[in-house]
Amino acid sequence: MSIFVDKNTKVVVVGLTGKAGSFHAAQCKAYGTQIVAGVTPGKGGMIHDGIPVFNTVHEAVAATGADCSLIFVPPPGAADAIVGSADAGIPFIVAITEGIPVLDMVWARKEVDRRGSLLLGPNCPGIVTPGECKIGIAPGFIHKRGKVGIVSRSGTLTYEAVYQTTQLGLGQSTAVGIGGDPVHGLNMVDILKRFNADPETEGIVLIGEIGGPDEQNAAKYIKENVKKPVVTFIAGAAAPTGKRMGHAGAIVEGKSGTAQAKKAALKAAGAHVAETAADIGPLIKKALG
Amino acid sequence: MKLLEHEAKAVLRRNGINVPVGKVVQTPEEVGPALAELGLSEGVLKAQVFTGGRGKAGGVKLFAGAAEGAEIVRRLMGATLVTHQTGPAGEIVGSLLLESKTAIAREIYCSILLDREANNPVLVLSAEGGMEIEEIAETHPEKLLKMHPLVGHDLWSFQIVRACNFLDITGDTAKEFATVLNQLWTVYQKSDASLLEINPLVIDREGHVVLLDCKFIVDDNAEYRQKGLGNADADKTHAEIESAKFGLSYVSLDGTVGCMVNGAGLAMATLDLIASVGLMPANFLDVGGSANEEAVTKAFEIVLTDPKVKVILVNIFGGIMKCDIIAQGVINAARTLGVKVPVVVRLQGTNVDQGKKLLAESGLALITADGLDDAAKKVAEAAKGVRS
Repeated sequence: MSIFVDKNTKVVVVGLTGKAGSFHAAQCKAYGTQIVAGVTPGKGGMIHDGIPVFNTVHEAVAATGADCSLIFVPPPGAADAIVGSADAGIPFIVAITEGIPVLDMVWARKEVDRRGSLLLGPNCPGIVTPGECKIGIAPGFIHKRGKVGIVSRSGTLTYEAVYQTTQLGLGQSTAVGIGGDPVHGLNMVDILKRFNADPETEGIVLIGEIGGPDEQNAAKYIKENVKKPVVTFIAGAAAPTGKRMGHAGAIVEGKSGTAQAKKAALKAAGAHVAETAADIGPLIKKALG
Repeated sequence: MKLLEHEAKAVLRRNGINVPVGKVVQTPEEVGPALAELGLSEGVLKAQVFTGGRGKAGGVKLFAGAAEGAEIVRRLMGATLVTHQTGPAGEIVGSLLLESKTAIAREIYCSILLDREANNPVLVLSAEGGMEIEEIAETHPEKLLKMHPLVGHDLWSFQIVRACNFLDITGDTAKEFATVLNQLWTVYQKSDASLLEINPLVIDREGHVVLLDCKFIVDDNAEYRQKGLGNADADKTHAEIESAKFGLSYVSLDGTVGCMVNGAGLAMATLDLIASVGLMPANFLDVGGSANEEAVTKAFEIVLTDPKVKVILVNIFGGIMKCDIIAQGVINAARTLGVKVPVVVRLQGTNVDQGKKLLAESGLALITADGLDDAAKKVAEAAKGVRS
C-alpha cells in the first residue's frame, strides 16, 4: 500500500514552463507519474512538452481533475502558489522551492491548514512510491519497491537511504522528504503515523538533523505507538553551534535541538541509532532480520 | 544576515522607536566632535561586534569627557574580543558606538523569534533583563512569558495587558511600553527578522522605556526584499562571500579535511563521517542541486586553495545535480590550480557512469570510493600518509 500518492494520482505542475519545472515534470512523467496539467500565469492555453498549461490551479483542477500539485515557483511567488493550490481544493501539495521567506511560510501554512489540505515541504525532494509514481526531484532509478518506509528532512540523505536499502535488497514502500525549512507542512510524526498503519512498511528509516522539535516529537510518538523497527540517523553532530549549515532549520537552538539530545531521545524510544550515514542500510537490514 | 547594534538601532529609529542618541566612531579624534554633536559631556562606548557577552569581555565602557573617551577608543579599536560565543579566535572590533548614558531603574528582557513548534513567531518577555536568557529558560521557565502574535495584525490588547501584569508595569510607563512592543512586532514583520532581541529593555529613572541593546538577524531567504538594512557580508569570511556569489553554501571550519558535497543534509552527514574517523572538517560546502560547471569549478577551487586543507573528500549523490557536471568541475579546477593533496571522490546517482568515466580519463591522481564507509576509510588512510 502506498501512503499519500500512487499511480492514480493526477499531478498539476505549478511553474511547469520554467527550467526546473520543465526538466523535472519530464522526469516524473518518464517514471510513470500522471502529469495532467501545468500552471504558468499568462501562458494558459499553450501545450508544453505535451502537457496542457493553465493560468491558475483552479482552472487546471476544473479541466483535468488534478488532485496533487507540485510546485517549482521561485521564492517570491511560492507561498502564493501553495495557498492557490489549497484554495483550488488540491488535497496534497508538494513544494520543492528552496529559499521561501520564513514569514511567508508562517501565513501560507495557516492558510493551507484552514483549507484542510496537506503540504509536503517546502525545500524538499518530494515523495516517491516506487514503481507507481515520483512527485518531486529524486533520482527515480535508485528506488525499488519494498518494505522500508523512509522519511527525511534532507534530500540527498533520502537518496542515500534509498540507495542503501535498494542495494541490500530491502527496497522502499515510500520515500518522503519533508524538507529542511523551519516552517513546513507535514512533519515526521505525520509520516510515521502513515508508515505505522501501512502493512507494506515493515521497517522505518527516519533521518533528521540538528535544530527544531521534529525528532523529539518523533521519539515520543515512536515510544508510544510504533512496534516496527525504526533506524534513525541525525546529521550535524560535528556542526559547530550557531553556524547555519545550508538549511535554515538547522541552527542549534538550545540543548534539545542538538544531535546528541535527539539521538538520546530516539534511542530511549527504542529506535536504532546509526552513528554515520553509512550505517543506515546495514542497521535496518539487521533490524528486519 | 546579522546587523550590528548601530545598524539595528538605525532600523528601529527609522520606524519611530525611541533609542538612545548615538554616533559611530572609529578613531580617538572623532570622540570630541561626536560628544559636541550629540550635546553630551559623558557617555558610553560600545564595541560593534556580532557576538553576545561583549560587556563581560570589556567591550562596553562608561566615560566622562573627550579625553577619557578617546583613550577607550584607542584601546578598543582593532582589539580582539573573546567571549563565550566567539571561541578562542575572538572577534575584532571594527567600530564603536558612542551613546548617551541611561539612568537604569529596571532591566527587562524582550525578544521576538520563530517558535518552530507553533509555526509562528513568539514574543518572549522576562523581568530578568540583562541576564543570559538561555540559562533562565533552563532553570526558571516560569520567569518567561511567551505569547504568539498574529502575523499581519497588531498585538492583541489582552497580550499587552498580560505583558504589563507579568512585568508589573503600570501607568504612563505601561502606555509607552505597549507602544514599543507593537512597534517592535511591526519592525520584526516589515524587516523579515528571524530574531529581534532587546536585552536589556530599560525603564529609566523617569519611567521611560529605553532600548539599550539590540540583536537583529534578518531571514537570509528574504534578503532579496530587505536590501539596505545592513551589510550581508559583514560576519562572513572571504571564502564565504566568494562562494555565495556562485550560489554555493560555504562555512569555514577549523579542521584539515576539505569537502565538497551536494545537499545540506549530506554535507552535514559528511562532516560527521569525517569526525567519525578521528579527523576534523575544514569546511562545510553544499554546492546545491542546480550548480553549473562554472560554480562547481569555483567550489572546488575554494577547497583546493584553503591552506588548512590536507585531504579533500568530494561526496556527491546526484539528484538534480548530475555527476558528470561535478566531475568536469573537479577536473577544470585541478588542471588550473594543480592538486597538491590527496583527493577522495565518491560519486553516486544521476549520470554516475559518465562522471566516473570523465575522472578516469582525466589522468588526475584521484582516489575513488564506492560508498560512504569506503570514502571515510580512504580519507583516513590518505590523512595518515600526509602526516608521516
